[in-house]
Formats: sequence, structure tokens, C-alpha cells
Amino acid sequence: MLGVFSLTLGLAQLSAPERVAGLIGLKNNSRTRWAMRAIGLREVLSGLGILASGESAGPLWGRLAGDVVDLGLLGRGLTGGRQRRGRLLATTAAVAGVAAVDAYVAAKTSRNETIQKLVAPVHVVRSITINLPAEQIYQFWRKLENLPKFMSHLESVQDEGHTSRWRAKAPAGTHVEWQAEITLDRPNETIAWRSLEGASVPNRGAVCFKSSPHRRGTEVVVELKYEAPGGAVGATIAKLFGEEPGQQIASDLRRLKQVLETGSVVHSDASIHHGMHAARPAEDTETTKLTEGSGAQ
Amino acid sequence: MKATCWMGKKRVEVQDVPDPKILNPRDAIIRVSSTAICGSDLHLYNGFVPSMEKGDILGHEFMGEVVEVGKGVSTLQVGDRVVVPFPIACGNCGACEAGATSLCENSNPNAWMAEKMWGHSPCGIFGYSHMLGGYAGGQAEYVRVPFADIGPLKVPSHLTDEQVLFLSDIFPTGYMGAEMCNIQPGAVVAVWGAGPVGLFAMASAKLLGAERVIAIDRFESRLARAKDGAGATHAINYEDNDVYDVLQGLTGGRGPDACIDAVGLEAHSDSVMYAVDRAKQAVMLESDRPLALRQAIRCCGNGGTVSVVGVYGGFIDKFPMGAVVNRSLTIKSGQCHVHRYMRPLLERIERGEIDPSFVVTHTLPLSAAAEGYDLFLHQRDECQKVVLKAA
Repeated sequence: MLGVFSLTLGLAQLSAPERVAGLIGLKNNSRTRWAMRAIGLREVLSGLGILASGESAGPLWGRLAGDVVDLGLLGRGLTGGRQRRGRLLATTAAVAGVAAVDAYVAAKTSRNETIQKLVAPVHVVRSITINLPAEQIYQFWRKLENLPKFMSHLESVQDEGHTSRWRAKAPAGTHVEWQAEITLDRPNETIAWRSLEGASVPNRGAVCFKSSPHRRGTEVVVELKYEAPGGAVGATIAKLFGEEPGQQIASDLRRLKQVLETGSVVHSDASIHHGMHAARPAEDTETTKLTEGSGAQ
Repeated sequence: MKATCWMGKKRVEVQDVPDPKILNPRDAIIRVSSTAICGSDLHLYNGFVPSMEKGDILGHEFMGEVVEVGKGVSTLQVGDRVVVPFPIACGNCGACEAGATSLCENSNPNAWMAEKMWGHSPCGIFGYSHMLGGYAGGQAEYVRVPFADIGPLKVPSHLTDEQVLFLSDIFPTGYMGAEMCNIQPGAVVAVWGAGPVGLFAMASAKLLGAERVIAIDRFESRLARAKDGAGATHAINYEDNDVYDVLQGLTGGRGPDACIDAVGLEAHSDSVMYAVDRAKQAVMLESDRPLALRQAIRCCGNGGTVSVVGVYGGFIDKFPMGAVVNRSLTIKSGQCHVHRYMRPLLERIERGEIDPSFVVTHTLPLSAAAEGYDLFLHQRDECQKVVLKAA
């Protein structure tokens, strides 16, 4: 697939360099035309390499290296002025996206286990002790409509009998929806679920409730496994933006504890406003809006 | 409303900020009558506590009148006069049930930040960084108090603000420092730091039956107040004396049975190590300088207890663990579980066993908060404790 893409793009750049340059947003002069031809030749060679080598990861890493060079050139274009910035920015975003796909496919195809781990499904286990009997926590959790009360990324869960419909926030203000089914339901002990076919982010999870020693409440253990877009690489990138799955689940569990033990999610002024704002002088707070149930972190 | 805002290192300003609102059903809003500047506020002022943001409202020692209660609060009514404990605690979690309210498991919405720094998170605290919750503090005209159904203590009208205000922090903190020493009849207790917490630790050690209480500081005015106000039997100015030698002399060579560190991370000393620790702090090789703590451990008698109530935030170097292990020392520490001590200490005040107002040296209007910080930090005018009047 990537091989065909490389070949097509390369041939286009070789045969009509000025049109490709215009499309990208670069000025049409002899220097850009020659650069286009050179990149086109590289794409054709890399496309042929990928098609010829079958399963091997080598040429795919070559493509990734090419992406890096292109991003560098686009960066120069962006800072150089006199270009069509809007188009250049769009192209840069597109090339970055292609680079991410290249990295993902190259890693998946690689024979190196360490690199393969980078794209394995995300697997998170987190636990918390809640000062209540297991029955009470089980009952709260089993009523799936309650989950959005403490899982900050969930917008709603509707129990539809055998299955349930989940709706969650996704990056960049988008949403994802999927259907899930309960695969195991042992009252006061375990609930396990998995997404049905067609989920954009296939996932499964389980929660166990066990009495802690010396009657100090109930230990709640949550296990989640899902195929994040981009695998663990994606999760690592998400981490940079504060959405690392382990952290997310840990915070969700903390909110579950707050809801069950104290009656509601605990807020400070800073946890309600976005970012790290406590109550501050007026000019800073006017831009932030207080929303009921906004993330406590 | 007016509030004391942290505007950066060594900069506080009283600013106009929005009034607090009820955010959780168990909240109350208090109109502050009196609030105090704590020694630990100086660590914020000097920029030693991470995760402070420009504009954060300071203050965790305050009292006042209830002006609004959430629908989940049935124990308080509008008009009640209350003192508020500085740790924010839910009363429902395992830690709270065990009485360890400064370890409340629910009150820090930014627990993840504290976990990164310390492994686990303690409770949230009013006006004490985002790592400890990002709660607005009480050096303001109004303050929102979460879990108001279990925190604030109603105080009788015949006691003045100055007599009960310190139930919010420094009196219980000093008391817990002394209680952790497991004082037996005839005990000798040495207290490093004759600041407000040190003074209450000395007074509490006396209340708990210590025979000799030794105050260690470098300011004569503080040492005088330790003897006159807090009942210390001896005072050592460490700038003029070798503390170890004097303590040996006062204990027949045994060393004190218990040593209390009421100094914390910004300790001062005239030794070479002071320069070394300051330099390390400056280049981030250590965050806290434990000069008083090292000396307390060295001086403590065999089998004794070192009780740490001075604030530490991060990491220390050259910790004399060899002395701890080989001489069977016990180290105890903790942010005070204030809720546990407020009522019994109020009873002691009512019985006239102690009048906490003896620590107050300066009373200023809230609008002069910046001046109060400066007075306290630089020990100007023999400043010991600043109370700000917000109403």
C-alpha cells in the first residue's frame, strides 16, 4: 500500500514538478522544480524498494527518513517567507501524519521485539482502596450509566440490555461511539466487558472488587486493554498532552472514590478552571468558565 | 473581595479577586475575621515550594463567620463563629476514619502531582500550592471551606480571635510535635526554633509533663518569649554557644530524651555546612537544608525520639542515618492532623491552661499583608507572629 503511494507520488513529482509545487504551496521557480524532481526520484526508488522487499521493514524506515527530510524542507519554506503559508501548513500537517503512519507500519513490520512493543495494544492496570463494602461499589459500577460520573473522558453510557452504547470524548473535540457487551458478571466480585465489532478503538476491560486486609474497605482493581490509534507510540505522544492512559485511569479511580466516599467529585478552584489556575486576580479568571463536573485534574 | 495573592518570589499583593462560590454540596463560605501568616507561608514567599502560580491566594490559618452553607452541611448555620483547620479532610476515607486527617485520601484534586513528587498524596491544604490541591487560601475577606460539615470548629464568643485562631494550625502542630515525643515524667525535651510552632511545642511539652524544656534559636527576643510565654526552662542562643556541649551539660551527658525540629527546610546556622547546603540548594542539588535536623539527631540521647514538625518539601543531603540506627533513635513526623486536636485544645484554652495569644506581636489590616510578610521574614521589630484583620 505504502509502496504504491510512494510510486504514484514520485511519478507525479517527476512528470509535473511545477503543479505539485503549486499544490503544496511552494513558489514555482527552477530551484523548487529541481527539488521536486529529486524528491520524486527518491519516492519512486523507495516505492519500488517497498514493493520488491515484501515483508521487510528496511525500506519503510527509508520512507520515514524521507518524511523527516521533507518536514525539514517544509520547515525552511515556512520560515523563508514569500510562500503560500496556508497551503504549506496544510502540507506540513499532512506529511507529519504520513510520517506517523510510516513509523507505525515500520515498527509493526519490524522483527525487533523492542520496536514491536511500541505498537502493541495499550494495557493498563490500576487500583485503589475504597472505604466501603464490595457490594456497594459493585452495584454502583454495574449500573453502567454511573460510569461517566467518574470517568472523565466518557460522555454517556446507555444500558441496552445485552449490550451498551458508549460515547467518549476524543482528541481535538471529536467523539467516538461504540457498543460493548458484558462478558463476565460475578456479583460483588468481577465485571468484565469488551467492545463489539466495529468499534474504532477496540477495547476490553475488567474490574475486580476484593475486601482488603483488616476490613479496611475494598480494593478495586481495573484492567484495560485497547488498541490505541498508533499503539503505545500514540499513548506516549498522548502522554505529552496529559492524556496518558495509566494516569487517566488512576484519576478516574480517584474520582470514583470521591463520589462513593464523600458524595461528589471534589473540586478546588484550580481543578475547576482549566490548567493550573487557583482563584486568581479578576483579569485571569474572567476567561475561564465554571462547568459542572469538569475534570478534576 | 480583597485577597493576599502570591505574585512571585518575595512578592505578595492584596488584590481584588472574584468572591468564592460553593462548588461542592459540603462547602461553606466563611467571612474571615482574623487570619495569620504562618512560618510555612514564608517558604512559599521565598519560592521553595513548587507548583505555585502567580495570583494564588495565600493563607491557611483563618477564622470567621459562616455566611453560606452548601446543602450537604447540616452541622453549621449562617452566623456561626468558627476556626478552620488547615488540612482539608473528608471524614469518610480510611485515613480520616483513623484520625489522620492530614492524610485525607479525597481532598487533593491534584493528587497526581503530589504522587509524582512524594510517591503518594497527602490531603489538600488551603493556599498551599497546586500540588496540594490548588485551593484558594484564607488571607482574604472570604474563603470557601470544603467538607465544612466536619472541619470548622465553633468557638465560644467569650474567647477573643487571638485566643482561638491558632487552633487552625500552629497550636495543634506544636502540640502534635510534643505528643510524638512520648514524654515520660522527668523528660528533657529540646526544641530547635523558637518561632510560633516551636513556642507551642515547648508549651505543649510542659503541658504533657516534661521536666526541662530547652529552647534553641538565635534571636534573643524569641528566646525570651520562649521562657516567659511558653515556659521553657532553658534557652540556648546557637550563635554564642556550642549547642551540643550545652545540651550535654544540661542532661548529665545523656542528651535530651526528645528533640523537636520546629525549623524545617530553610534552617540557618553559622557552620561551614550552612554555606555548603545553601550552595547545593542554589544549584538544585538538594531542595531543603536540614541543618537543624542534623544537629537534633546528633544531640538526641540514645533511644530518644526526634520529632519533626518543621516543613520539608523535597530532598536533603548528608542525613546522619548511622546515628539513627546505631543509637536506636525514633524519627516521627507529619503534617498535623489538626481535626483530632482542635476540641481538646479548645478545652485547655477554656480551662485557662494556656492562652495562645502570647505569640502575637503584630496586628495589621489585611490590606497590609505585604508589610506583614516582610516584617516576619526579616524579623523586623522583633516580629514573632502577624495577625491580619480582614473585617
